[in-house]
Amino acid sequence: MARAMTSVVFPGPRIGAADGRPGRVSALATGFRADRRRQTIGSLVLIGPLVVFIVFAFVLPLGTMLFHAINNPEVRNAFPMTLASLEDWDGMGTPPDAAFDAVAADIRASADPKTMAEAGRRLNYEITGFRSLLAKTVRTVRKAPEQPARTQLLAIDGNWGNPAYWRVIQRNGTPLTAFYLLSAVDLRPGENGGVQMAPPEERLFLSTLMRTLTISALVTLICLFVAYPIANAIVAIGGRLSAIMLACVLLPFWTSLLVRTSAWIVILQKEGVVNRLLQALNITNAPLELVFNRTGLYIAMVHILLPFMVLPLVSVMKGISPSYVKASASLGAGPVTTFLRVYLPLTLPGVGAGCLLTFIISAGYYVTPTLVGGASDQMLSYFVAFYANTTINWGMSAALGVLLLTCILALYGIVGRIVGIGRIVGME
Amino acid sequence: MPVALRRVQIAFCCLAMIFLIGPTIVVIPISFSSANFLSYPLPGFSLQWYEKILQPQPWMSALLNSLIIGAGATLVSTVLGTLAALGMSRGRLPARSMILAVVISPMIVPVVISGVGMYFFFAKLGLVASFLGLVLAHAVLAVPFVLITVTATLKNFDVNLVRAAASLGASPFHAFRTVTLPLIAPGVISGALFAFVFSFDEVVVALFISGPGQRTLPRQMFDGLRDNIDPSILAMSTLLVIISIVLMGGGALAQKRAATNRSTANV
Repeated sequence: MARAMTSVVFPGPRIGAADGRPGRVSALATGFRADRRRQTIGSLVLIGPLVVFIVFAFVLPLGTMLFHAINNPEVRNAFPMTLASLEDWDGMGTPPDAAFDAVAADIRASADPKTMAEAGRRLNYEITGFRSLLAKTVRTVRKAPEQPARTQLLAIDGNWGNPAYWRVIQRNGTPLTAFYLLSAVDLRPGENGGVQMAPPEERLFLSTLMRTLTISALVTLICLFVAYPIANAIVAIGGRLSAIMLACVLLPFWTSLLVRTSAWIVILQKEGVVNRLLQALNITNAPLELVFNRTGLYIAMVHILLPFMVLPLVSVMKGISPSYVKASASLGAGPVTTFLRVYLPLTLPGVGAGCLLTFIISAGYYVTPTLVGGASDQMLSYFVAFYANTTINWGMSAALGVLLLTCILALYGIVGRIVGIGRIVGME
Repeated sequence: MPVALRRVQIAFCCLAMIFLIGPTIVVIPISFSSANFLSYPLPGFSLQWYEKILQPQPWMSALLNSLIIGAGATLVSTVLGTLAALGMSRGRLPARSMILAVVISPMIVPVVISGVGMYFFFAKLGLVASFLGLVLAHAVLAVPFVLITVTATLKNFDVNLVRAAASLGASPFHAFRTVTLPLIAPGVISGALFAFVFSFDEVVVALFISGPGQRTLPRQMFDGLRDNIDPSILAMSTLLVIISIVLMGGGALAQKRAATNRSTANV
């Protein structure tokens, strides 16, 4: 950068006819352009390593994850011949004998037992019971294949005569599927190409999404109402009291999340400090259920997210000159009018940034809801982890991840358009 | 503002401060309890829980793992983040907002999603259940903090100082080492501090990609809280609170030095 600038300020030998035409101005312009280019290349060289690193350690993992939401290899790997034999089948009645033969042939041909197991698991997502049906069939056919295959398969399980089972196999011959994404919003692929609502007992994720958004919105709102007076006091009062208050806000920020979460579990339990205090003050007779439910979740989340609301508010309020408020008062406005028409509008950028930050962090929160919430308080992120770790349903985990990410990016888009992303993260 | 209203506000703030600080402090005495239950009144005083966390297994080895991974992640993210911040601050960057979006994206995406993605992707590369994998994962998630902190410092940095160095014959590297770096050091240090604290406290990615050999301190605490919570967790918490007070003091000091540098640089 320094090099580039000096050569513009003190034009060197490049002054002359760089572009073939004589003249000081155009030569200067050419030199200037070259310097600019060199400066840009220098910037890119400095940023390059980070971009490469982020692409490797973040963008590719994220892409892999998102790809799992539509990836559909299981049935194709296990049943290539069956899928070929079903190509012309119209989905009505039982398929031709050739399809039964192909199933038996595919079972005998699959060398790796995992291939069939994975296909069974995949088909089971769509029709409960398919996994055991397939496992049973694989066992029997492997042991003693019989001709004709139709008779043997139907003898193993009558459901081989059910066209719905065959249609699921046929439908999953495509390399990509919308099944997981549809399931993430409680939809299922319909029988004739459309979509339909999932059966009521399997509707799970729309209510989880609503719960995630409701909890996040309420946490954000509580944080805003608690943080606003605090931020104002930190800026307006000044001196030692302000410094102490700021330290009180910052200390939790620097304290381990797990330390704070464990503290709340201990304090809010039945024999905890809060319940003892409430009983000692005769506010309640019996201990209240304060933890492992929604109440505990709200208390702990507000505690953890409050600094994220206070700090942006403080930084915006610091920039508001007290003379605005004084001017408003001197023009005859009462305190309420001054606040509503002068002070509040000036703090809105801080309110926007703080609310966005708080909402987004709480919408993606995993640790605190898992430890402090009850079974019915779990949010989307819990299910993302649950499907990845516990049931190994990577497609569902990824699809719920897509749902969560879409909500968050949409929010960033909306607020970013109003406030500016750089401003939210503090880079502009 | 009317005096009465201000008093109400201050009273409210005091309650909020108790809410913010109280829980962490109230549980500290329980870590000195002679019993293994987690409530008052305490039956007696004992240091048994501190003895327990000073044993190599499981707490001290978890602490060591956390320190190793934190140090590695801090090094990687501070070097890459500082270089990139220098590049971004020079202006004249094509697709600047696009690059900005990429480099801060690890901060925007919920960490559960990042964790699952890394679990899928790192498994293919054999990076799951390895120190290297966890260092890279923590580094990439911490890098936006470094970038933002150093960028903020560079905003107050007078570019003419580098020009002066160059006009006196310093090479870009020499100018960086002797002029730029000492002046932005407080920003770099607080960025590194942020990165370390992030890694030291990170549990979600660790849950996904650490093996038994890389059990970190937060992961140990997470499992303890979920399965069987006893006062040794509170003893560890107490140590961590002391560490965070020290780190916070360090951060404040770095910022104060940054402010001093700024005022001297502007003279």
